[in-house]
Amino acid sequence: MAFAVALIILIVGSVLFHILSPWYLTPLASNWGMIDTTIDITFWVTGIVFVAVNAFMAYCVIKFRYNKERRSEYQPENHKLEFWLTAITAVGVAAMLAPGLIVWAEFVTVPEDADEIEAIGQQWHWSYRLPGDDGKFGNVDAKLISDDNPFGMDPDDPHGQDDRLIESNVVHLPLDRNVKINLRSKDVLHNFTVAQFRVKMDLVPGLVSYIWLKPTVAGEYEVLCEELCGIGHFAMRGKVVVDEAADYAAWYAAQPTYADILARPQGDPVAGQAQYAVCVACHGPEGKGMQVMNSPKIAGQEDWYLRRQLNYYKIGARGAHPADTFGQQMAPMVMTLADDQAIEDVIAYIGTLPDEPAETTIAGDAERGEDIWVTCGACHGHEAQGIKALNAPRMAGMTDWYLARQLENFKADIRGRHEDDLYGWQMAEMARILKDDDAVNDVVAYINTLGETQVAAASAEAGAAYSGAEE
Amino acid sequence: MAQVAHDAVTDADLRPFEVAEEPLYHPKTFIGKYIWSQDAKVIAIQYGITAIGIGLVALVLSILMRLQLGFPESFSLIDPANYLQFVTMHGMIMVIYLLTALFLGGFGNYLIPLMCGARDMVFPYVNMVSYWVYLAAVLILVASFFVPGGPTGAGWTLYPPQAVIGGTPGTGAGIILMLISLCVFIIGFTMGGLNYVVTVLQARTRGMTLMRLPLTVWGIFMATVLALLAFPALFVSCIMMILDRLIGTSFFMPAMLAAGEQTAYDGGSPILFQHLFWFFGHPEVYIVALPAFGIVSDVLATHARKNIFGYRMMVWAIVAIGALSFIVWAHHMYVSGMNPYFGFFFATTTLIIAVPTAIKVYNWVLTLWRGNIQLTVPMLFAIGFIFTFINGGLTGLFLGNVTVDLPLSDTYFVVAHFHMVMAVSPVLVVFGAIYHWYPKMTGRMFDETLGKIHFWMTFLGTYAIYYPMHYLGFEGVPRRYYAYGETAFMSDSAQDLNAAISIAAIIVALAQLIFIYNVIKSLFSGKEAGHNPWKATTLEWQTPHTPPRHGNFDEDELPSVYRWAYDYGVPGAEQDFIPQNVPSEEMAAARGQGETKAES
Repeated sequence: MAFAVALIILIVGSVLFHILSPWYLTPLASNWGMIDTTIDITFWVTGIVFVAVNAFMAYCVIKFRYNKERRSEYQPENHKLEFWLTAITAVGVAAMLAPGLIVWAEFVTVPEDADEIEAIGQQWHWSYRLPGDDGKFGNVDAKLISDDNPFGMDPDDPHGQDDRLIESNVVHLPLDRNVKINLRSKDVLHNFTVAQFRVKMDLVPGLVSYIWLKPTVAGEYEVLCEELCGIGHFAMRGKVVVDEAADYAAWYAAQPTYADILARPQGDPVAGQAQYAVCVACHGPEGKGMQVMNSPKIAGQEDWYLRRQLNYYKIGARGAHPADTFGQQMAPMVMTLADDQAIEDVIAYIGTLPDEPAETTIAGDAERGEDIWVTCGACHGHEAQGIKALNAPRMAGMTDWYLARQLENFKADIRGRHEDDLYGWQMAEMARILKDDDAVNDVVAYINTLGETQVAAASAEAGAAYSGAEE
Repeated sequence: MAQVAHDAVTDADLRPFEVAEEPLYHPKTFIGKYIWSQDAKVIAIQYGITAIGIGLVALVLSILMRLQLGFPESFSLIDPANYLQFVTMHGMIMVIYLLTALFLGGFGNYLIPLMCGARDMVFPYVNMVSYWVYLAAVLILVASFFVPGGPTGAGWTLYPPQAVIGGTPGTGAGIILMLISLCVFIIGFTMGGLNYVVTVLQARTRGMTLMRLPLTVWGIFMATVLALLAFPALFVSCIMMILDRLIGTSFFMPAMLAAGEQTAYDGGSPILFQHLFWFFGHPEVYIVALPAFGIVSDVLATHARKNIFGYRMMVWAIVAIGALSFIVWAHHMYVSGMNPYFGFFFATTTLIIAVPTAIKVYNWVLTLWRGNIQLTVPMLFAIGFIFTFINGGLTGLFLGNVTVDLPLSDTYFVVAHFHMVMAVSPVLVVFGAIYHWYPKMTGRMFDETLGKIHFWMTFLGTYAIYYPMHYLGFEGVPRRYYAYGETAFMSDSAQDLNAAISIAAIIVALAQLIFIYNVIKSLFSGKEAGHNPWKATTLEWQTPHTPPRHGNFDEDELPSVYRWAYDYGVPGAEQDFIPQNVPSEEMAAARGQGETKAES
């Protein structure tokens, strides 16, 4: 009896949970309302079966409970009953399948007027490509992908010159226009998911998959990777911004074409030396940094990372948080670099400074740090040499107290949470794996061991790989 | 007396034995009897202990995962790398090394010869080797926990390229040991599996026609056939992936980058692996489910004191499900980037398979209808299984229907669905089956109170874990995430729900200690069970010794079978059950014998 009551409570409880659950489909922001309708149909059919069959079972458990004086009914078969149950089931299945297939036919048929864009996945970032004013994508080839050519563009294909290359996790889409999103991966499997759009698809290296949709609500939506792609899977996140036509046009015009990127200014170290005069006071003549001035070593840091951070300071994505005292000191200094050319020049000059391992000041359990480093090294490299393609800067041989402070800042949401800090979000999530107080020092202590022994080799290698890298 | 039993015959209807019995090899030493044993029952117990042992490791891994998901800031020993390793090893161990090995190697070995009326498997030596090869596979798997870099963290599906290139934990020795272990497992399984199939086809006793086989044997038999056909696909995938990883072939590897650097791979297809994997992987679901279907049918009939309803439909449903399970595999791949037109075909076949599956559910419930239901511990687990399986089966209709799958794929809805249907349901049957056959295997009864506590904690606990989890999936919470950060669509309360689920999971895990304690304690202090405590009809309950000795049955004569396995509540019969080895004209002789012919 108790068992039957438990079954009934579970049936009623399940239905009530469904009705009262605060957790359900997020509001729709695309044309795929039909998918929600098929879910509703499936819920009705399966819900009725769930309640009916289980309630019948609970009834049997009560009604036909054991009685020593009674015999069960001897009925091996009942063809009529079995036939009708089969037939009703087949009808129920068809009632779910038919709408499913009809909607799927829509899904596989891309409207002819759809705009095309390309979303590119890599461990653990998104980037995007638009076909440009000619409406045609240039050829790409996985074999051509490199730090200098992250999209694998074919430089000889004229259609590619006007492609808009968006080296950012954020893409914009125009409201109420059909869009086909071609999906391409540079390395492993990924999956392009925007929960509010309902549709999703894997990105597979070696082929181009697609989804199509029509965004119907303006706003910002997170792009999640939903196919396991390695250690950073959970922190691979992009953003889709659905704009009104005018906003979209403005955004579109601001995106560089492939030709623009090829024509970007080169840095001049001689001009940069003059710009560096401002930096000397804190970072020192050789860029070694000074702890008393709270300034880290910058000599030997990779050019792409310096460029990004200088730009972040300029636009306020770094150094603007009220708790980031030292960042606030840096921000006005960066303002002395008037334009992109000045930034390129000073980076070029920093690239000529001698790169010697920074002094170590932090003690910790390096052995434990090595365990933690398994995760960190997936992006920053096993030798902490930095990997541009993964947007992860070098750490080996750099200033250890600065690393520790930045990790604490990431953990405390002081750094990485500004919406224009496109890659800091990921690091802020990752810094959370340093759960206890010692973890930061332990992992920095391990980085120091890399700094002492292997940095020369690693940075020489990294230097070779990135020399001349000007995007 | 009116003879109304279904398909019951007399001695005159049976053909004589066609083949003379081969003598069994009877070892004299302890090692020969219990270590290098050729007795299928001992091998079964070896399989069972090994499978449950490694399953406990996987249970601990699942708790570590739940600690991270429920309390993401609290446990500093869990980082993203070992979180993925826990996910991977938990899944692989549970599916292959626990459930497959336990249902086929464990229950298959114990029950097939006994229920078919055979003295042993037809190839006892190969059967012994099968276990030791399985043990080697388990040890290789365990070894991967101790190699540099640890076990693979590629997810139990081992999708390339990420399974073999950097950025995934355990791409060194971990993945290689995983693949080798799977190959060794498959070799071991094939030896066992051929045995099970040949034994069912060739070694059934006189009168045991295929349509008189208990459904347990049908389920295990069909599952073995599926496994023999499906595992080779996994085998070749593993070999190819080892080659990709070790000598740089490109079966599954296209031109691509690894950690930002160009690789030497070119021209392979990650999708090819997925097709091969799921060509194995979907039948694998039924390799686990069909034995569970069979066993639960027998447990239900016995404890409801009623014939199984629609036996022939049940048999044909098992066969139909087995056949259909080979043409539904790509429903795991709707959003894999394969040609989307495949979706029409695979959604249709997948929903068709719901029909025979539903028939099985109806027939179980109709077996209870007008039965005489004894809520023994095995029966509680059996009915608990039906409830859980209905839930898990119905959510399969969401994911199998290609359109509905789009928003739900790769979310917690999937995790909830497959745990409900492929983890909790079969495991409830495993427990029910162990409680059901424990008296036969050990000669003693288990502690009923502890068994009931174990049932309630497991049944309600697992429902509390997995039912709400579907709704996390609706909300869009993705699976295989170490942590979630903030999004516009995942609510703060989703984290509270995750914490509650984790607590339920810990309670369920602790409940399993009660089970283990009960199984061990009752070996020593359980009360004597007798030969047939459940008053069951099938042959394993009619053995002259309990536990059955090597050779299973009376030394001079194998039992003959005169009727189907479900003569419960036959009108006019003295008892409410008639064993399969009681001929029609001996009804009178059977009268008044509580323990049946076995005692005479």
